[in-house]
Amino acid sequence: MSDVENEQNGGNGQRAVGTLTKKDFTSDQEVRWCPGCGDYAILATVQAFMPELGITPDNTVFVSGIGCSGRFTYYMDTYGMHGIHGRAPALATGIATARPDLDVWVVTGDGDGLSIGGNHLIHALRRNVNMKILLFNNQIYGLTKGQYSPTSEEGKVTKSTPFGSVDHPFNPIALALGAEATFVARTVDNDRQHLMQVLRQAAAHRGAAFVEIYQNCNVFNDGAFDLIREKPQGVHNQIRLEHGKPILFDEENRCVAVGDNGRLILAGVDDVSPDDIVVHDVHGRPSLAFALAHLAHGPTEPTCIGVFREVERPVYGEAMDKQIEVATERLGRGDLATLLHSGDTWTVG
Amino acid sequence: MPKDVEEKDRIVIRFAGDSGDGMQLTGDRFTNATAVLGNDLATLPDFPAEIRAPAGTVHGVSAFQIQFASEDITTPGDHPNVLVAMNPAALKADLHLLQKGGTVIVNEDAFVQRNVEKAGFSANPLEDGTLEGYQVYKVPMTSITVRAVEELGLSRKEAERSKNMFALGLVSWMYGRPIDVTLNWLHKKFGDKPQVYDANVAAFKAGYNFGETTELFAHSYQVKPAPAKPGTYRNVSGAQALALGLVAASQRSALSLFYASYPITPASELLHELSRLKNFGVRTLQAEDEIAAANVALGAAFVGQLGVTGTSGPGMDLKAETIGLAVALELPMVIVDVQRAGPSTGMPTKTEAADLLLAMYGRHGESPMPIVAASSPSNCFDTAIEAVRIAVKYRTPVILLSDTFLSNSSEPWLIPDADTLPTIDPGFATGPNAGTEFLPYLRDENLARPWAIPGTPGLRHRIGGLEKEDGTGDISYEPENHERMTELRAAKVAGIAKDVPALGVDDPDGDATLLVLGWGSTWGTIRAAARRIRDQGKKVATAHLSHLNPFPSNIEDVVRRYPKVLIPEMNSGQLALLIRGRFLVDAKSYAKVQGLPIFAEDLEQEILKVMAE
Repeated sequence: MSDVENEQNGGNGQRAVGTLTKKDFTSDQEVRWCPGCGDYAILATVQAFMPELGITPDNTVFVSGIGCSGRFTYYMDTYGMHGIHGRAPALATGIATARPDLDVWVVTGDGDGLSIGGNHLIHALRRNVNMKILLFNNQIYGLTKGQYSPTSEEGKVTKSTPFGSVDHPFNPIALALGAEATFVARTVDNDRQHLMQVLRQAAAHRGAAFVEIYQNCNVFNDGAFDLIREKPQGVHNQIRLEHGKPILFDEENRCVAVGDNGRLILAGVDDVSPDDIVVHDVHGRPSLAFALAHLAHGPTEPTCIGVFREVERPVYGEAMDKQIEVATERLGRGDLATLLHSGDTWTVG
Repeated sequence: MPKDVEEKDRIVIRFAGDSGDGMQLTGDRFTNATAVLGNDLATLPDFPAEIRAPAGTVHGVSAFQIQFASEDITTPGDHPNVLVAMNPAALKADLHLLQKGGTVIVNEDAFVQRNVEKAGFSANPLEDGTLEGYQVYKVPMTSITVRAVEELGLSRKEAERSKNMFALGLVSWMYGRPIDVTLNWLHKKFGDKPQVYDANVAAFKAGYNFGETTELFAHSYQVKPAPAKPGTYRNVSGAQALALGLVAASQRSALSLFYASYPITPASELLHELSRLKNFGVRTLQAEDEIAAANVALGAAFVGQLGVTGTSGPGMDLKAETIGLAVALELPMVIVDVQRAGPSTGMPTKTEAADLLLAMYGRHGESPMPIVAASSPSNCFDTAIEAVRIAVKYRTPVILLSDTFLSNSSEPWLIPDADTLPTIDPGFATGPNAGTEFLPYLRDENLARPWAIPGTPGLRHRIGGLEKEDGTGDISYEPENHERMTELRAAKVAGIAKDVPALGVDDPDGDATLLVLGWGSTWGTIRAAARRIRDQGKKVATAHLSHLNPFPSNIEDVVRRYPKVLIPEMNSGQLALLIRGRFLVDAKSYAKVQGLPIFAEDLEQEILKVMAE
């Protein structure tokens, strides 16, 4: 279906864009995550923020994989597809490429997106398919009841690692940057304002946007992000990145500065020359974003949140449409009879 | 003085040489000239998986076989009448296939001591009596070619490369093939590289003239055009026909074609064919892996396009979970499986049809889906349209089975009138279907659910792999509901039987006692074998299945009507297992898994044996 006419303010009692509210994006399905799960906060924030994007639920598609995050799709009153484990970015690639008119959101988790579906994630990012990917990182397999995940810290004791995990974890931000993602950000489930602000920027990005959301699993990995997300420690440990601004944190007492050999260091603001304090630049070379992604070994020490990188690159579906357009201009709209008769032919009788 | 022309009804030629000798191209060009001449034909490209296996070795031999005739034929022939061997290895590999007393044309220059040893001969086979009883033509192809292109200033290596065109020219003369078809093609192919073009033309003409002027060849042969229905024809391979069929289905349904695939032999041809057809609105995506390809196609289907993915056996294994998702989502989608010899990597360039049970049952849970299979290269066109028709009408993934032989092989095709091809109605949902509500799993009279695509106002819904409540599509773990949904999915697929043509039986007198039942690319072999049996005054009935799931509704009548049922397959008896299991008839399996189409003469012998039992 190539020429879907999209009535922005269609019939069926659909209200006009601009008058929509959170309710218009909330489905009638009962939400069934564990009480206290970080997913509730993310869901509420996404439902609340959607109306301000100026899109209609009819033109929005949520795609998810398997895991606790996978249920997200059912709770949004948009079009939605709950796929199989790890494949949401591939499903979404088909959706977004076939239909550039749709707003496509992928909801995944650290197991779904980084383990079984790692390949699809990196390829969706490098292709720059027009989709917003929300990766709920709780550093644990929740739905399967508590095995370590590809973001669990080394030494993690879980049901499948009674002697501690010997796996080295992924750094999701660095992975996305390495995959040539054009938009890479991190935020935290319980910081509604920050979450909304990052989502807003992701939504405005043309192409693939990758947002890692630190999400607390209060049943199998409770408190994994406490040092980042809970007051008062969070105040000391959150390094909030803002484009064009010096990177300060800990109530502006500390900063990210350039140390020996160009290495990034954490320092007291008074201990370094103001010229050595790093000014955040989301559009520049990926090396800064990569270095910022590696400031912390995990969410137990000062850690960057916010947009790491945002650059422009051709959007995959648009590039494909362009090829079709150019071919059609050059060769004319394909004629089936002519195609069937192409090559050497001969006539009998 | 013009030489004598001897008339023949049918000829089988096999071109064999090193992988780098250009035998596939030679065969392909000979085929086109033969097609344009109006002979009926069938081809069998037979090449190794290695792009360039060690030169001069037997496992590096690449061959192309063609049967052409002044009558209707259906197979590339069991035994060549003529073997063109470009080197000792080719002779070693393929001599055993040659008909007793057949013709061998060798490139004499290649039969030097080193090559002879490399091929595994203890002595030069041109001299030690190996070829006794055959009609042997020793032609110094390399040196004549080098001499013919001498003036063009090519290096010796480049000059030698044209020797396949010499061979083509020689054989074209022997069998009276039109030269303009080949010359036109050379012009199209190499027109912008004058030196290469000139060399190929010179070599081709040298070969042609060599046949005409030397005394080596006493006469040439003529095979008259085969009688054919009036109309315009072209030569078409299975891969081409499949691509054309998918595009035709896209055009006739007004659904944009979205083909997602991962490179794999022998299915890549389909990706190549379709990726050129951008001006037909065709989207092609070379995915990061087989799983992604299936998911991309399924995603495209969800939003209202004709989602198709194609692969071969190993890729089918990987796509299984996604196909299962498509079964649960009940969305139209076509999965093309160009079967090859397995298990595992198996023999990637060799044919087999051993994925039938995989297509039937190769997913977890109760996961029924329609299966259609192509029977000949040109039949891939119709099969593609049929797969799309079923997928769209019944909102279901459909597996289309082709195989390496069908994909690579070619035959003349009466080009259908594009305007009379069937139309396919996508029938998108446009509004509520239950009062003011929209229920995504409310079914129509065919048990198909609505196809409500994103962007349609008011029809927002969520679907997924979790079991759904009948009608609403909401998640449900209710025991009776799961059973009902399982039955509904099965009944929907089973119901397609009343929407497909009855199984036709070819039983000229109606009183044969043996039925040969086939599916897929054995069609040609079965027809040829039946003809041999009937030529002996004996009776045999044949029937061929295009729909493997569900079977046509009259199949039970057919298989029960005959006291004996024989099922030849390029697998270990998969259809036989289904037929025996479903209908409790004592069907006999004739299984062949040698990476090659079944020979008509072997099947003939088997039929005679079963008749005598």
